[in-house]
Amino acid sequence: MSLHAHETWEWLIASPLFGITLTLAAYACGRYLHRRTASPVFQPVLVAIVMIVVVLEVGDIDYADYLAGGDYIAFWLGAATVALALPLHHEWHLVRRALAPIAVGVVVGAVVSISTALFVTDLAGGNRELQLTMAPKAATTPVSLALSAQIGGIPALTAAVTIVAGITAAILGPWILDRIGVHDLRARGIAIGSTAHGIGTSRALQESRTEGAFSALCMGLTAVVTSVLVPLLVQVL
Amino acid sequence: MANPPVLRGILALLGCQLAGEVLVRLTGIEFPGAVVGMLLFFVVLRLRRPGDSSGLVAAPKLLLTHLHLLFIPAGVGIVVYLGRIRDDALPLAAGIWVSWLAGFVVTAWVAALLLRLGKDRG
Repeated sequence: MSLHAHETWEWLIASPLFGITLTLAAYACGRYLHRRTASPVFQPVLVAIVMIVVVLEVGDIDYADYLAGGDYIAFWLGAATVALALPLHHEWHLVRRALAPIAVGVVVGAVVSISTALFVTDLAGGNRELQLTMAPKAATTPVSLALSAQIGGIPALTAAVTIVAGITAAILGPWILDRIGVHDLRARGIAIGSTAHGIGTSRALQESRTEGAFSALCMGLTAVVTSVLVPLLVQVL
Repeated sequence: MANPPVLRGILALLGCQLAGEVLVRLTGIEFPGAVVGMLLFFVVLRLRRPGDSSGLVAAPKLLLTHLHLLFIPAGVGIVVYLGRIRDDALPLAAGIWVSWLAGFVVTAWVAALLLRLGKDRG
């Protein structure tokens, strides 16, 4: 009897079961490491991404094959975005009284994010296409991706850049806020939601429900403001 | 362990998302349907005011606890761009981190200042 090793492998990498199981396993490992080390550097999402990348490289597996399962997981991002209404509902009594700082914070955050993205990328030698790719990175991934396509950037690279910015905020954000003396949970949430969308918001939720609620609202508002400002600022700058 | 009625909550979340997605397409507004869904679900929560044992609370809580998990597949997508990232490593790194830091710090300071001013006035 001979084992059908090749056929089994072909079936395995093409099956959604592979991508889903791999993602959940990597995430579980990431959470375990995060709990054991209690270090913010071991963000579960970062550990999981590195582990999956290694598996794909070693097994010579296409990203598209992985996505057959990965897409089932990413699908829930939409429902999770809807779910952000819950912290907002719980903290509404605080949010209602801070609408002006929220609005100003979001607009300032968007203007600084977009203009510095264009300027710094240019300064570091990036061409126009790369600058445009960077411009919408503060908005949540579906929005930054669509904006990038609209203004002539590279949408998939924008999505990657957006996620890297979010992961950076999740790892370093709270530490930086401590260093620069911003301890008000509401201000912390506004800063995270305005510049680090959903990934930052999930870190903010770990810190406190108040911080998470402000971050969730600012993430939504930043999506709106960025959609309006990116096409305008790109023409001027 | 008591089984919270998560199913009803999941249905509410997907229902709000579906309504949001349909709404943005019908009106032709270029905006993520899920964010519109968030606003709709917020209205549902304000009107129903569900208790902690309700599925309307349990389902979103479950998703938000594992929010990070949902970003992993897209993060892995960075692999596809490894070649590109190597070529333009400096402008990409500078563009992401310098720009993110600037936006983050300025927003935090502006928000903290305005919140403090608001308290002094009130």
